Amino acid sequence: MVDRTLLSGNEAVARGAWEAGVRVGVGYPGTPSTEVLEALVQLPGVRAEWAPNEKVALEVAAGASLGGARSLVTMKHVGLNVAADPLFTLAYTGVTGGLVLLVADDPGMHSSQNEQDTRNYAAFARVPLLEPADSQEALEFTRLAFEISERFDVPVIVRSTIRIAHSKGLVSFGPREERTIASFESQPGKYVMLPGNAKKRRVDLDPRFAALTEFAESLDLNRMEMSDPALGVIAAGVTYQYVREALPEASVLKLSMLNPLPARLVQDFASRVGRVAVVEEIDPYLTSRVRQLGIAVEEPPLQRMGEYTPRMVAEAFGARPPAAREPLEGLPPRPPMLCPGCPHRGVFRALREMGAVVTGDIGCYTLGALPPLSAMDSCLCMGASIGMAHGLELAGGAGERPVVAVIGDSTFAHSGLTGLMNAVYNGSSATTIVLDNRITAMTGHQENPFTGRTLMGEPAPEMDVEAVCRGLGVEHVLVVDPANLKRTERALREAVEHEGPSVVVARRPCALLEKSDKRPLAVDEDRCTSCGACIALGCPALSVSASGKAVIDAETCVGCALCAGVCAERAIRAGVEACEAGESA
Amino acid sequence: MRTTSVLLVGVGGQGTILAGDVLAKVAAAAGLDVKLSEVHGMSQRGGSVDTMVRFGERVFSPVVSSGEVDHLVAFEITEAARWLAYLRPGGRLLVDPRMIAPLPVLTGALPAPAGLEAALEAEGALFVDAGKIACRAGSPRSANVVLLGALSVGLPFSASVWREVIAARVPPKTVDANLAAFELGRRAAGEGGAA
Ligand SMILES: Cc1ncc(C[n+]2csc(CCOP(=O)(O)OP(=O)(O)O)c2C)c(N)n1
Ligand code: SF4
Repeated sequence: MVDRTLLSGNEAVARGAWEAGVRVGVGYPGTPSTEVLEALVQLPGVRAEWAPNEKVALEVAAGASLGGARSLVTMKHVGLNVAADPLFTLAYTGVTGGLVLLVADDPGMHSSQNEQDTRNYAAFARVPLLEPADSQEALEFTRLAFEISERFDVPVIVRSTIRIAHSKGLVSFGPREERTIASFESQPGKYVMLPGNAKKRRVDLDPRFAALTEFAESLDLNRMEMSDPALGVIAAGVTYQYVREALPEASVLKLSMLNPLPARLVQDFASRVGRVAVVEEIDPYLTSRVRQLGIAVEEPPLQRMGEYTPRMVAEAFGARPPAAREPLEGLPPRPPMLCPGCPHRGVFRALREMGAVVTGDIGCYTLGALPPLSAMDSCLCMGASIGMAHGLELAGGAGERPVVAVIGDSTFAHSGLTGLMNAVYNGSSATTIVLDNRITAMTGHQENPFTGRTLMGEPAPEMDVEAVCRGLGVEHVLVVDPANLKRTERALREAVEHEGPSVVVARRPCALLEKSDKRPLAVDEDRCTSCGACIALGCPALSVSASGKAVIDAETCVGCALCAGVCAERAIRAGVEACEAGESA
Repeated sequence: MRTTSVLLVGVGGQGTILAGDVLAKVAAAAGLDVKLSEVHGMSQRGGSVDTMVRFGERVFSPVVSSGEVDHLVAFEITEAARWLAYLRPGGRLLVDPRMIAPLPVLTGALPAPAGLEAALEAEGALFVDAGKIACRAGSPRSANVVLLGALSVGLPFSASVWREVIAARVPPKTVDANLAAFELGRRAAGEGGAA
């Protein structure tokens, strides 16, 4: 047996980039793309960095490419919206060192605010796109993407979806290609996109794409897998796997390069089969491109949103559902929730007590929108909270209720600064809370400019939230520990009453950053009056017992004592460790 | 060999990811093709999580469809019920009977589901009190490995390969506790003694 390693699609992309001799890896975290850079940083000879956002990441990679280094940029689908501006013009300038973007889509919105199909960007921005169907291909396609990038002078997108990015499969490795970087050469005609130069580069893009199309036609990764010619199915990425599993009889055209499309190959395939169908998640990207070639394409009855499974594909082509078990009805849903000891909880409790209207943002703290905290009124995209708070104010505010924006430290660095600058500039009196939990928590705890450490593990200058806010012109800036509920509430009231923009920095590290050495708490049943104040914190360790009293699960409790602080009866005190409790029971 | 599908379900933070990884590595060590699919992100914050592991001669889809799972291993009883329809008729069902109440139940907004144990028993569940067994093995955090022990009894891989992979995959200090947890899991699923 060949030596093969179990790797996720994300780890395989990192390995492929490394084998291609990549020197620079830059990105911004986002599910399901985050693990690529976390794997790349483990490999020697690479500089890997978190940028504050995806646009900056792509610009850093563009500079590295200008300097001749191969560079990889990683982001989730919505990250490409942020990085779209440099991408569209990079298609004109092209590259010196190969430049590859790994963009991971999230059909089904497991961990995203929307569902976007990155394939559309490839066509829109005129950049080639490869889509792997397993971890081995993720490695090989990434390596190939660097070659394509340099050979055709274009940035290349490797698109994956969550079921490739987060699925593991067996992968064989190759060696790293050792590459020397040529000395910098000034080429303003290629890189300074003044209209005069841009017009020439735009004209030049077409022959580059024509050559790429010929390349796609001859690329054996786009391949026909002929079986029964009655039905021919075109598929790529994970849906190719679903088709192979669900329709073992069908002939399949497996596409790996989706832009430019190998039109002759598609036509050849169509001429060999009776009916042509396309199976693809999210948008009918291939369906419409194949139809443009004059080919009649069947659209199987599959929804145009969410994820598929092999069975859904089989049934779309007429298979009967298998004998199945009856699902059990009436189960409570299990939404995600803030961890026990989470520093965000106290802030949301204070906001609810104040009756604030909260324009939210994206991070763990978005969970403050769910019951029982129910303390958020909007969440649109990263950085939107501050702009929306100002806009809401322009619309007349929310009556007597104060308007407060909440934003995490990483999100503040990503795109909150410009919103705050705008609030100052345009005389907003909105209050912003920066939830500084010292980390980018939602995506699995990445460093950011406020944490004082880089992805490589080096110490970095720690950006100071207060100084940044003051520098932007905010005069009223307060720092509180959200574990101290009274102080937090007082600071918030003061900030809200302040005329002009104000910022409250709620600073306490994420509860998962350090193992708590505090002992779990317990409820004194005799004192508990069943008032529900602690339960309203939405802590996973707290629940209502059959008798209506609060109980604390010793295994879950981390002893943060926020609940003890809201209990008027002082019924919450030190308890015993879980295993001890289990043994004595 | 047809593809075998195992589905591990639980609550974020229960160790389904490590368990899936061990299983996939055991299958790979046996020379089989293997794919594993899981979703991390938001759901890890106490939400419902699932890890799918599929192995065989050649595995296409990393995702297993509803009604086609051969072994469903639930780290928590509500999740066993939630994912039950994924289990094929005749498939094997292993359940830790502990209940971790989801948020709406904790706050009293919804009642705790009742009668799950009986309903799952009727579906042929084997209950493995993995949390308690793990406490006995000296490490409350190795409930996931107890369940792997129970799962291993129904899979065609030798116990020694399992032990090797577990020893290589868990934190060095916890190797003994985890191997003990694995043995206790095997016994709980009817495996006589340490092989
Ligand atoms: C444009 C864009 N990039 C990335 C993401 C993924 N993402 C969601 S929240 C988040 C960071 C949250 O960190 P922070 O603001 O510090 O809040 P925390 O989770 O630590 O509470 C990221 C990277 C996204 N939703 N949109
Ligand atoms: S990971 Fe940290 S920030 Fe996120 S919910 Fe848990 S404690 Fe809060």
